[in-house]
Amino acid sequence: MKVTAQPSADSLLLLLDGELDASSAVLLDTEFNKPDLLGYRKVLVDCAKLSYISSAGLGVFISHLQRLQDNNVKLVFFNMQEKVFNVFEILGLDSLMTIVPTQAEAAAA
Amino acid sequence: MKDVLRIECSRRNLQQVRDFVRGFLSQRAVPELLINQVVLAVDEVVANFIIHANGEDERQFIDLELTVVGRALSIEIADSGDTIFQPRPHVAPDLPEYIRQGRKGGMGMALVNRLMDRVEFFTRNHHTVCHLSKELA
Repeated sequence: MKVTAQPSADSLLLLLDGELDASSAVLLDTEFNKPDLLGYRKVLVDCAKLSYISSAGLGVFISHLQRLQDNNVKLVFFNMQEKVFNVFEILGLDSLMTIVPTQAEAAAA
Repeated sequence: MKDVLRIECSRRNLQQVRDFVRGFLSQRAVPELLINQVVLAVDEVVANFIIHANGEDERQFIDLELTVVGRALSIEIADSGDTIFQPRPHVAPDLPEYIRQGRKGGMGMALVNRLMDRVEFFTRNHHTVCHLSKELA
């Protein structure tokens, strides 16, 4: 699992590459715990190369969502593969998180 | 058709478990979405065995056995530790509340119960065994 952060003026783009499980979730959690994250207006998560997610990976997003919302930082997912979206869907997380098809839609969300 | 795998109790071995299950199912013309669902269910149970039942003690190991008869998939996951692991009875997670609390865990077994047709935990010779089954439609 590789996490690449690309900051811009008002948003942080996170590119996830690989499989997000109970082992690699720690890496993503570290990224979300960085204090400068709360200085952005949006965190855009590019899931194009995210090929797998388990409950530990979902747990990272769930555990930080309220803190981001409380600080007016919007978390938006895009380019999600069908099998990864299916995991969000099975738990009903697709209706609680912002998931859009493309980066352009994520930027406009 | 049957295949087996033994791993040490380390979360680093979860990738090996997923590759094993994917490899087994991909030889049997199972759709990718269904493969991912079975892989996820096994990954969740094995992660629970590694982290909660065996405290990531790498001296302990976990045995997996996958069997397909016709389209009926049967998976047995057994550990070697002497702590009996019994997940709490299945309760649907209250996700808006989890989000409010900033909670990280508590969804794994809910996923397993939704993904598989049957989920059973029992003990055998003082070890924990999980049996999962699913019809590969």
